[in-house]
Amino acid sequence: MNAKLTLNSIAKSFGDNQVLRDISLTIETGEVVSFIGASGSGKTTLLRCINLLETVDNGSILLDNTEITAVGLDPNPIRRRIGIVFQSFNLFPHMSIRRNVTLALTEVLGMSVDAANETASSLLARFGLSEKIDSYPDRLSGGQQQRVAIARALALNPEVLLLDEITSALDPELVGEVLDVVRELKGSGITLLLATHEMGFAREISDRVCFLAEGVVAEMGQPEQIFSHPSDPRTQQFLQRVIAAGRLRG
Amino acid sequence: MPRWDRVKKSFFDWERLTDSFPHLLHAFVLDIKIFAWTTPCILIVAVLIAIARSTRAPALFPVRIFVIAYTDIMRGVPVILWIYLVGFGVPGIGLERPWNSPLIWGSVALGMTYSAYVAEVFRAGIESVHESQRAAARSLGLSSSQTMRHVILPQAIRRVVPPLMNDMVSLQKDVALVSLIGPIEILRQAGIDKAKFANFTPFVGAALIFLAITIPLTRFTDWLLTRERDRTGASKVR
Ligand SMILES: Nc1ncnc2c1ncn2[C@@H]1O[C@H](COP(=O)(O)OP(=O)(O)OP(=O)(O)O)[C@@H](O)[C@H]1O
Ligand SMILES: [Mg+2]
Repeated sequence: MNAKLTLNSIAKSFGDNQVLRDISLTIETGEVVSFIGASGSGKTTLLRCINLLETVDNGSILLDNTEITAVGLDPNPIRRRIGIVFQSFNLFPHMSIRRNVTLALTEVLGMSVDAANETASSLLARFGLSEKIDSYPDRLSGGQQQRVAIARALALNPEVLLLDEITSALDPELVGEVLDVVRELKGSGITLLLATHEMGFAREISDRVCFLAEGVVAEMGQPEQIFSHPSDPRTQQFLQRVIAAGRLRG
Repeated sequence: MPRWDRVKKSFFDWERLTDSFPHLLHAFVLDIKIFAWTTPCILIVAVLIAIARSTRAPALFPVRIFVIAYTDIMRGVPVILWIYLVGFGVPGIGLERPWNSPLIWGSVALGMTYSAYVAEVFRAGIESVHESQRAAARSLGLSSSQTMRHVILPQAIRRVVPPLMNDMVSLQKDVALVSLIGPIEILRQAGIDKAKFANFTPFVGAALIFLAITIPLTRFTDWLLTRERDRTGASKVR
């Protein structure tokens, strides 16, 4: 077994609100795992903890069997290995698309401007964004912006990419192009964790699906099992509501 | 009842105006000099104060307390009082020439108070940058100072240019306060001419010179504000 990421009894509260109670799971290298659950169930919080944007109250997170939640550890080198894309407000509005992608390359990795520009050009070309390289983010559609955000995260060659509801702020007709990018990433060796309300997509792309409820992993397994034969009553209830809302075919 | 011809003679005497105008313009050069050397100092100190206030590291708590106290004290006392206190007080403690010049210390007093006001403007700008911009930068592995320098500060400064210009217009006028502790700048020159001619027209002349600078600056600021509003308004709709 080749564990990329291991979570041991993660707990996280905001004041009195205990969002994560006891989350334990292991994710393999190259695996695609979707986190689903009701709004407020802690999907975003969990991803932010993995990226060290939040500090866990309890438990530990291991990346390649090395604890990254240890106190006093410099988070910056770890963040380079774990990329994250948020729902919105990802791009830096005062920088061109090119600079958005190269910023971390030149400032964090110390790459030369030429080398960084080359990396940016080839990544953006791969996602069909070559024409936009000198534009500013507010000149791009939401879908294009999210593709740039993914390209920017990938520029650092992360081993793990966290995608937090990257399509939920988008108009429906723009969702497809962003999901295509994610499809393309699958199988490239990168480990993908996504929080999503796109159940159809989660079902299609995931190796495993993780259902969060009440601060714990209520159920985790292959998409077929979670979506067609959920065993936990909370999962069943959640999926019924999702189907009723028309977000998944029953 | 004041009569119009008396008013006219006392405030709008054309001959007195043309007599004093060259002196006034000449003295105004000092106002511009004070403005020119205080402005960059104010901007730099203000940005540093604003950054210090926006730090989050627990270890920097004493620094935050210090800058909060500084801005509160500077803004809580009239500018003129600082100018008297520092401009008269510091040269009075027995410094050697040229360090005993009220001109220098008056400018320092002006710079100290204005840096506190301008720091608040920068701070408002820094706080107006959405938290997820910081998260996005940190998630790319940028340190907190790199995040401030490349991501937060450039956006903050862009947003505060219009209010900053307002403060610069005020500063341009408040430079005249330094005259109260001695230096012969335009307001003091106008006072001298007024005494000489026993006529208020030189003050009107000084007012005109200020207006020639401040009105274009104010209009420019308004234009910047409108442009900024149009720009952000447009992106909100989208
Ligand atoms: N910085 C914060 N401070 C206080 N409470 C927070 C903070 N971030 C999240 N929370 C709370 O934590 C809970 C979980 O939030 P989280 O964003 O992780 O849920 P989610 O599963 O991502 O929901 P959604 O599907 O709506 O995105 C919510 O009750 C939220 O109010
Ligand atoms: Mg969320």
